[in-house]
Amino acid sequence: MDTKIFDMENIDIAWCPGCGNFAIINAIKQALAELEINPRQLAMVSGIGQAAKAPHYYKCNFFNGLHGRSLPAATAIKVANPELTVIAESGDGCTYGEGGNHFIHTIRRNPDITNLVHNNMVYGLTKGQASPTSPHELRTPVQLDGVFLEPFNPIALAVSLNVSFAARAFAGDIQETKEIIKKAIMHKGYALVDIFQPCVTYNKINTYKWFKDNTYYLDNSHDPHDRKAAFEKATEQERLPLGVFYINPKPTFDESLSIYKDNRQPLYKRETDIRRLSELIESKRK
Amino acid sequence: MGEGAAAKFNGDVSIVLCGEAGQGIQTVEHILTQTLKLSGYNVFSSQEYMSRIRGGNNSTSIRVSSKRVSAPIDRMDILIPFSKGALTHVSKRLSEDTLVLGEEGIFGDEYKGNNSINVPISDIASEVGGRIYSNTIAAAIVAAIFKVDIETINSFLRQRFGGKDEAIIRNNIEAARRGYEVSSNLIDNRIRISIQRDTQVSNDIIMDGVEALALGAIAGGCNFISFYPMSPSTGVAILLAQHSKEFGIVVEQVEDEISAMNMVLGAWYAGARAMASTSGGGFALMVEGLSLAGMIESPVVVHLAQRPAPATGLPTRTEQSDLNLALYSGHGEFPRIILTPGTIEDAFYLTQKAFNLADKYQVPVFILTDQYLLESHYNIASLDPSLIKQERYIVGTDEDYKRFKLTDNGISPRGVPGFGNGLVIVDSDEHDDEGHITEDVGVRKSMVEKRLKKLDLIKDEIIPPELIGNPNYDNLVITWGSNYNVAMEAIGNLRRDDISLLHFRQVYPLHQSTANYLRKAEKTIIIENNATSQFGSLIKLYTGFDIDKKILKYNGLPFSVEEVEANLRSI
Repeated sequence: MDTKIFDMENIDIAWCPGCGNFAIINAIKQALAELEINPRQLAMVSGIGQAAKAPHYYKCNFFNGLHGRSLPAATAIKVANPELTVIAESGDGCTYGEGGNHFIHTIRRNPDITNLVHNNMVYGLTKGQASPTSPHELRTPVQLDGVFLEPFNPIALAVSLNVSFAARAFAGDIQETKEIIKKAIMHKGYALVDIFQPCVTYNKINTYKWFKDNTYYLDNSHDPHDRKAAFEKATEQERLPLGVFYINPKPTFDESLSIYKDNRQPLYKRETDIRRLSELIESKRK
Repeated sequence: MGEGAAAKFNGDVSIVLCGEAGQGIQTVEHILTQTLKLSGYNVFSSQEYMSRIRGGNNSTSIRVSSKRVSAPIDRMDILIPFSKGALTHVSKRLSEDTLVLGEEGIFGDEYKGNNSINVPISDIASEVGGRIYSNTIAAAIVAAIFKVDIETINSFLRQRFGGKDEAIIRNNIEAARRGYEVSSNLIDNRIRISIQRDTQVSNDIIMDGVEALALGAIAGGCNFISFYPMSPSTGVAILLAQHSKEFGIVVEQVEDEISAMNMVLGAWYAGARAMASTSGGGFALMVEGLSLAGMIESPVVVHLAQRPAPATGLPTRTEQSDLNLALYSGHGEFPRIILTPGTIEDAFYLTQKAFNLADKYQVPVFILTDQYLLESHYNIASLDPSLIKQERYIVGTDEDYKRFKLTDNGISPRGVPGFGNGLVIVDSDEHDDEGHITEDVGVRKSMVEKRLKKLDLIKDEIIPPELIGNPNYDNLVITWGSNYNVAMEAIGNLRRDDISLLHFRQVYPLHQSTANYLRKAEKTIIIENNATSQFGSLIKLYTGFDIDKKILKYNGLPFSVEEVEANLRSI
């Protein structure tokens, strides 16, 4: 499939020149095209933030909802129509900050959705405040003396919750990012991809060069089915690993629901059995 | 009442069961309401209880009557205390005519003698197999007083405890037999009951507001509910969970109400018919999501089960104080509909209708209930899910599909992803007709107008208020929601043709006939379970009309018939 199928015509993209988001949407489009995903069977879901605008730049169905709330909406969309490919795409503030509680419980719930998190370690849309993943030394107009909160570690948290799939990518490498996204989409169950990206306007620490110098790819010596190893890799601080940390196949949310046990029809195609309901009501006479 | 004389009850008996949480009063209530109804008696039961699992003092009031009854009364004809605190707990309702029926050790010396009958329930229970059988014995004693055929009780017990150990069923049946025996030895000559039985009633349906609402949701096509447990709304989700396999309903308990509401919106987007069910504090968390529904023009059905607030308030008590919350919830301006069931039938049919309205107008539809309505049981003749046709408005999309296409009436046909050749795009930002983000001031203006225009359409379909009584009234009593039955009975008791009742099943948008009804009255009186007359204010806002007298109650309990009667008598 040609990636052009996902291209929008005449759009005015709201991101700064040089933003890591451009590379990420290119990687996503390529992944979708290579997986032959029909845009009509694809539902993108996002929250609010610079990254959350991404679905406006693909040709597909999308639900651009509230800040922090992409995961509940994405879960429900998948469960109301399991035939759809559902991807929740948003930023670090949206997913890990405002949506932190949903992040935790979506991992536990394990819907068959992909969660792509643009992680630039800073707030872009609201102009440069710290994000949950900001490094300690980042100074902002609010965090004048530098961030002193412990940075949020999404991969370690996900592995601790025995997530179904957890990976990390870097926007500076479209080819590898695309491959990781493909694996996440193909994975059955909740799949997290935390995507490092520079914010060229507000984060002067975590630049393209910084990411290149401070990351490396996991190689064959890492067993993604080994949870302890995954946790160890997720907590490495010196240089940050990229790639698939953890794969843990398990039943998905929609598979576990009784209503899909012998009937895979999406909810919009189903009808209420009114006769049965009448019988149920009538049974209450006795 | 003299020594040995029989207490006489004609037409309507009020029995109160009072004891600690965990003592099984609900079991007694269940056995009695079901078997009395099966025996042809009209029954009504309501509960007041504390927010705790064990201990404290709770009471259940059961009315047994010759005519249909569906409202609580203060009068207490028979009290069955299960704990020492019981008499103190219901002391305001005790009168010299109240017959206390129970163990002397529980009700104490003060009530020994004429107005009490000592029944050694615990001793009998121990003989039968343990304290646990006290409930069945107590229920059987009352059933025997009403001459319920013991076989009716036995078959109910077999059904209720079916699937459990055979010994449990056997012991319960023995407990019932002993209850009947006690009744004929100790009680029969002390109580004379004269209540008409009606064979039609024995074939009635008996249920509470929770069940009626949940079944109404199924009838409306509800196939998705995400919720976080919160009294008094939880029962609805539990019932839908119990019927989820049978009717294909996704039921998910989620991390918080924020998630619940956003899931409900995601579900509608993908083609489900979804409902949120919560109480005030939970709904407060859903409010941001409600505003999203306003922006993306998503249908949504919200069951808002009221309880006393602010904050945690009185979690297990009743109030009608969230009308303003429902009316003004959500930032920005968008239309909504607020339905207010007052009866078991309303709880069913209005919930069923709510799904059609939400789907048709793509707006939030509230079903505003309260603890009292949800947890009151009574018998009704029928519920017919085929009376209201299930309307579905989803369209297949074509290549040029635009989710927010500007139309004459403001409604854009609603497609769902994966059904047709078009794309379905929704955005919480202001958007163009396709759903894409825009800051074009012209588009903004036309989108605001498009959304608000739907309110004019909705106005053609408002449920009119119901006038009960003389159309040439002098005094007009106004109620909404759960005060319907209590006001009906109180006004009926007054036997005055100068007082009529105007009841609202839909409080917003307000029906255009409202002002005329009010203008015709010399005096207007509103009854509300809140402290500030929220509906009175809404009426003032939309009609300019000031209501003369406000009967307000906000101590956490519902109005009783006597209370409303006393308040109206002075008019």
